[in-house]
Amino acid sequence: MNLDQRMHKAENSSRWRAYAMIAPLLLFVMLSFVAPLGMILLNSIYDPVVPDGLPHTVAELQAWAGPRDQLPPEPVYAALAYDMKKAAQEQQTGSIANRLNIEKPGLRAVFMKTSRVVARQDNGPWTPVFETADPAWSQPEIWGTIRNLSSPVHSLFFLSALDLHRQPDGTIAQQPKDQRIYISIYLRTLAVALAVTFLCIVLGFPLAYMLAHLRDKTANLLLIFVLIPFWTSLLVRTTAWTVVLQEQGLINSLLQMSGLIAEPLTLVFNRVGVIIAMTHILLPFVILPVYSVMQQIPTTYVQAARSLGASSLVAFFRVYLPQCMPGLNAGGLLVFVFALGYYITPSLIGGSADQLIAYFVSYNIGTSMNWGLASALATILLAAVLLLYTVYDHLVGHNRLTIR
Amino acid sequence: MKTSALYTTLLYLFGGSVLLFLIAPILLVLPLAFSNAAYFHFPIETYSLRWFRDLFSNPVWLHAIYNSLLIATLATLIATLLGTMAAVGLNHYNLPGKRFIMAVLIAPIIVPYVILAVGAYFFFSKLGIANNLLGIVLVHAVIGIPFVVLTVTATLSVFDMKLIHAARSLGASPWTAFWHVMLPAVWPGVASGAVFAFATSFDEVVIVLFLGGPEQTTLPRQMWTGLREHLSPTILSAAFVLIVVVTSMLLLLTLRRHRSIINR
Repeated sequence: MNLDQRMHKAENSSRWRAYAMIAPLLLFVMLSFVAPLGMILLNSIYDPVVPDGLPHTVAELQAWAGPRDQLPPEPVYAALAYDMKKAAQEQQTGSIANRLNIEKPGLRAVFMKTSRVVARQDNGPWTPVFETADPAWSQPEIWGTIRNLSSPVHSLFFLSALDLHRQPDGTIAQQPKDQRIYISIYLRTLAVALAVTFLCIVLGFPLAYMLAHLRDKTANLLLIFVLIPFWTSLLVRTTAWTVVLQEQGLINSLLQMSGLIAEPLTLVFNRVGVIIAMTHILLPFVILPVYSVMQQIPTTYVQAARSLGASSLVAFFRVYLPQCMPGLNAGGLLVFVFALGYYITPSLIGGSADQLIAYFVSYNIGTSMNWGLASALATILLAAVLLLYTVYDHLVGHNRLTIR
Repeated sequence: MKTSALYTTLLYLFGGSVLLFLIAPILLVLPLAFSNAAYFHFPIETYSLRWFRDLFSNPVWLHAIYNSLLIATLATLIATLLGTMAAVGLNHYNLPGKRFIMAVLIAPIIVPYVILAVGAYFFFSKLGIANNLLGIVLVHAVIGIPFVVLTVTATLSVFDMKLIHAARSLGASPWTAFWHVMLPAVWPGVASGAVFAFATSFDEVVIVLFLGGPEQTTLPRQMWTGLREHLSPTILSAAFVLIVVVTSMLLLLTLRRHRSIINR
């Protein structure tokens, strides 16, 4: 073996050793991070309840494939009766009924009632049995709804997440006005995140500038004022703001004692409170990177600009500010991304009209039990966050995503 | 010259107000933990330690503190062990796919906890480890990993690989060289990564809310429940304890850093 080959071999083996050291962590991250996120994507499009629970009905409806404004023929009713009996035996009636109900409120009751009637009946003809059990079965709409759900992979959850729905006749339409909520919640989340990012930059930049131009000893001392809140539990800071902002809270007590106001101001359970608290919590994420970038900017550039005749404003905007951009990009993007996913602070300080998209993901998991919709909402949020992460990676580099 | 003095004064005023905004809510709320009143009220009339007594004698809070410590310790162990190993591997000078691997390992910082919690809830329900401690520990380890990887990678980037080559050429096995030469040098990075991971887990509530059964209360979860139901001042004594724990960890870390600089 010549030297070249031996070097090649040594390099290969050292590379494999390196991969072997990374592998356990990568495997762990796959299992506890990538797989869970994959489950969300899967649940947002994969929904086998109806095709699994009513297989014969789905097959007969496909075989018939009649126009959506007509009632299906007897074999479809017979297949549904068969599937209903089977579902009752396997105790699946409830979950099928729930799934139908998500698509069209009220169908749960219809399905459960009809299922009980069908169970008592031994043979057909089934069409009259269904029609007497509930008049809904003599309307084509209910069959359209079942047909919309008959594929295990569909886009219905994403449609709901965008305030759209597939009508029983198969066309896509906007939700009725009073049910269009999610677009406005995405816009609200965006607006709050932008407002918080803006405030963090407006408050954080001058402070970082001040710190960067103080003597090191003083700056380090004052930096503790930034680091203590940064290190303080999110929940504690949120608690602090509820205590400070509430009706008998500090601000109101002070204002009332000083006689400035007679009645307490409402500062909590509204948008103002949410934005104040979120700004407070996220502010250090702007201050720290901007400060560390400013520390490395040599003063000579601004001095050169001034000596060449630039006014102090021109020198600041054309010479100093561009050099701060890496820090501002890093801090601003980080705050924006974090704000998009905020859950705890808005739910404790905001009112019902101030909840952001993360709250509705959680709401659809828990209270309304619509996991598909929760997954679609989460997928859209995740896509936005990952997109911004890619931008961050290009602009700043992920290895600078460091918390000091 | 006069205008520049004015600018400086304005800047100091503004900067000072921002600093005040940052620290005031925390400093204002802390004394309330020592108030005798059963509700949050300013000004404090009589002082007492009754809420701290409640915190440290009430079995509900004690159980929560115990769980928090247990979860954070286990999650930190996993994150630190696997994260340090991976960071050492990633330090290899020529590793195809390094950038992508790093991006995946750092991603848990930016993915909203709600999304992580929901996904883990779906996945762990299938595996049968939702509603127990293990699920929480695994996800908490995931959110701690980026800190460990980042801090250890940062320390390694200034580590001189020639030291390893020297050790190897003097006959040390790869393991001996790692254990006796590299690890002592990167130890500060490992320690601060571990502290970050611990603090993150100790403070996290969303994942616990989704993955914890009724038994898995933690300190933040207990505070969350308290905040939603009734504002008991015990929450503030818990907050006080959290601030003291976290601030002393921060001080410890800064002291360590100073000491390591002095030792050099």
